[in-house]
Amino acid sequence: MISARDRAQARAGVAFALPAFALIVALLLAPLVALLVLSVTDYRLGAVAVRSVGLEHYAALFSDEVFQRSLRNTFLYVAFVLPGAVFGGLGVALLIHGRTRSRTFYEIAYFLPVTATLVAMATVWQFMLHPSLGPVSTLLAWLGFGQVDLLNDPSLALGTLALIGLWQVIGFNMVLFLAGLSAIPRDLYEAAALDGARSAVDRFMRVTWPMLGPTTMFVTVTSTITSFKVFDTVVVLTRGGPLGSTETLLYVLYLEGFQYFRTGYAAAMTVVLLAFLVLLSILQAKVIDRKVHYA
Amino acid sequence: MILKGIVKDFGPTRVLDGVDLDIRPGEFMTLVGPSGCGKSTLLRIIAGLEVQSAGSVTIAGRKVDALPPSERDVAMVFQSYALYPHMSVGANIASPLELRRLRLIERLPILRWFSPRRARVMREIMSEVRVVAEQLQLTELLERRPAQLSGGQRQRVALGRAMVRQPAAFLMDEPLSNLDAKLRVHMRTELAELHARLGTTFVYVTHDQVEAMTMSDRVALMDKGVIRQLGTPSELYDSPADLTVARFIGSPPINLIEVDADAERQIRIAGLSLRAPETGRHTLGIRPEALQLSAPGPESLAARLRRSENLGAEWLLHFDIEQREPIAMRLTTTEYAAVRPAAGEVLHLRATPMGAHLFGRDGARVGTATELGVAT
Repeated sequence: MISARDRAQARAGVAFALPAFALIVALLLAPLVALLVLSVTDYRLGAVAVRSVGLEHYAALFSDEVFQRSLRNTFLYVAFVLPGAVFGGLGVALLIHGRTRSRTFYEIAYFLPVTATLVAMATVWQFMLHPSLGPVSTLLAWLGFGQVDLLNDPSLALGTLALIGLWQVIGFNMVLFLAGLSAIPRDLYEAAALDGARSAVDRFMRVTWPMLGPTTMFVTVTSTITSFKVFDTVVVLTRGGPLGSTETLLYVLYLEGFQYFRTGYAAAMTVVLLAFLVLLSILQAKVIDRKVHYA
Repeated sequence: MILKGIVKDFGPTRVLDGVDLDIRPGEFMTLVGPSGCGKSTLLRIIAGLEVQSAGSVTIAGRKVDALPPSERDVAMVFQSYALYPHMSVGANIASPLELRRLRLIERLPILRWFSPRRARVMREIMSEVRVVAEQLQLTELLERRPAQLSGGQRQRVALGRAMVRQPAAFLMDEPLSNLDAKLRVHMRTELAELHARLGTTFVYVTHDQVEAMTMSDRVALMDKGVIRQLGTPSELYDSPADLTVARFIGSPPINLIEVDADAERQIRIAGLSLRAPETGRHTLGIRPEALQLSAPGPESLAARLRRSENLGAEWLLHFDIEQREPIAMRLTTTEYAAVRPAAGEVLHLRATPMGAHLFGRDGARVGTATELGVAT
């Protein structure tokens, strides 16, 4: 028997949760459902009549060369950025962690790219990487690499974008790792020192790396998701070129949906992107979580 | 272990002010004192975790000042145990042996699978770990993680990790402080028995004077960065060098009564008759068990009973004395039953000379009442 008082409390609880729930439905769940519905129609932006086409779009994706290429490019991009983002962030954090006076300077220096709007920064990079006016090209020529056009060479463009992506995300990961490092109890290091851990490698393997488990997992998952969603640099710097070598998933999706107005097809692509992200996150969470120790 | 002239400054603060200490091989030496006296700092200097500002440390005949902690042949048990949370109990105990016997390549994550020597060395290490686990009753817990253990079990793992190295000395930094009272009493016995069994030097830091008194061969009582007295527990209790020692050792604490020596340097109070070395203000310290009930008289001390505490085997009576600090007195249950004093009642007390100490104005002890006694 549920008493009147319990019912009143339950009602109050629902009432308090309702606004947040409504927002979740409106901003997360409803768009998701709309997405799934759209992906099985032939809706074109602005069309009056809509017809269901079943899984036709998904089948088409398999034979769509542009889509396949964008998948390859995106995976390449992530494979390039992810290790650098995680271990680069960790490396920088380790180097900064012991400093007292110069620490603030380095923290700001590395974190500034994170705070900067990528679109604006991309314009700066456009100048920096310009084949004749940009300082980077001048430097490369001086180092003996000759006339290198980083953004217009099909074999180099994706790598260049990956480097810019790395530059942007390392500062963020560094901050997370710094927080993780300061949470490690000092007497663990002392115990390790007395046990015989003489070198920095020993201390890292025995204390630092295991205790950073939860932080590393978080950094890996968020860095993966962020690099999967690469868009700003592609739009501003290469527009998917040269020869489609920098067409990433989100960019192709954008083109389909908002330039060619094939909304239904774009929706199907989005579902595929979402599926990848969810799958990757679950995979990473499961694999890493087993090894992570939560103190 | 020989410590000579150890000084330690943290910036402008001087934490250790010239400490000299000679620890004999195989003895259980306790460093005891109130918070902030520098005992933990001294222990960490011995371990090599802090570098002293001046002075030298010698362990087993070697000057270790330039050596890192791992090469001083000492093992430490921390107050928080400092167990590796991601490793099993067995791996924790094996850790010091692994770090010392395996080369770096044999310890790196993937490369170590390629080393044949590693398998053999690990087998030796694990058998030694099992021996130690057996001694500490940890055999069933070897596969567990520290998070799954109780406080007492974790402490035994920390001990095991120290023991497996068979070091020249064990350094213990308040290892029992995180345990509940009952477990603390049990572990006190265990540690004392362990010391007897191993025969290794133990250097033990605590703020609990009961631990110091019950476990040690010798005690160094520290206060404000210096050693106030070094001696056996009995010496510290029966012959405290000054007021600090007398106040710190003994529970309930010693009763301190301000007295004045008259023109003939005589002090008469509570049935005692003493001759002091000079006139003026002195402090008389009387142990609670040295007080007795007596008949009212000019010599006895009049005291108003404030509270009686029943400890089961004995009674503790708290008194107020006119113009002085309150005092406490022990009574056996028989003595109490004979008198049954009520709160507010005025009783008369005398002191036995053996448990009474006279302290001068500078705090240093002048002598016991027996030594200074004058026949009345």
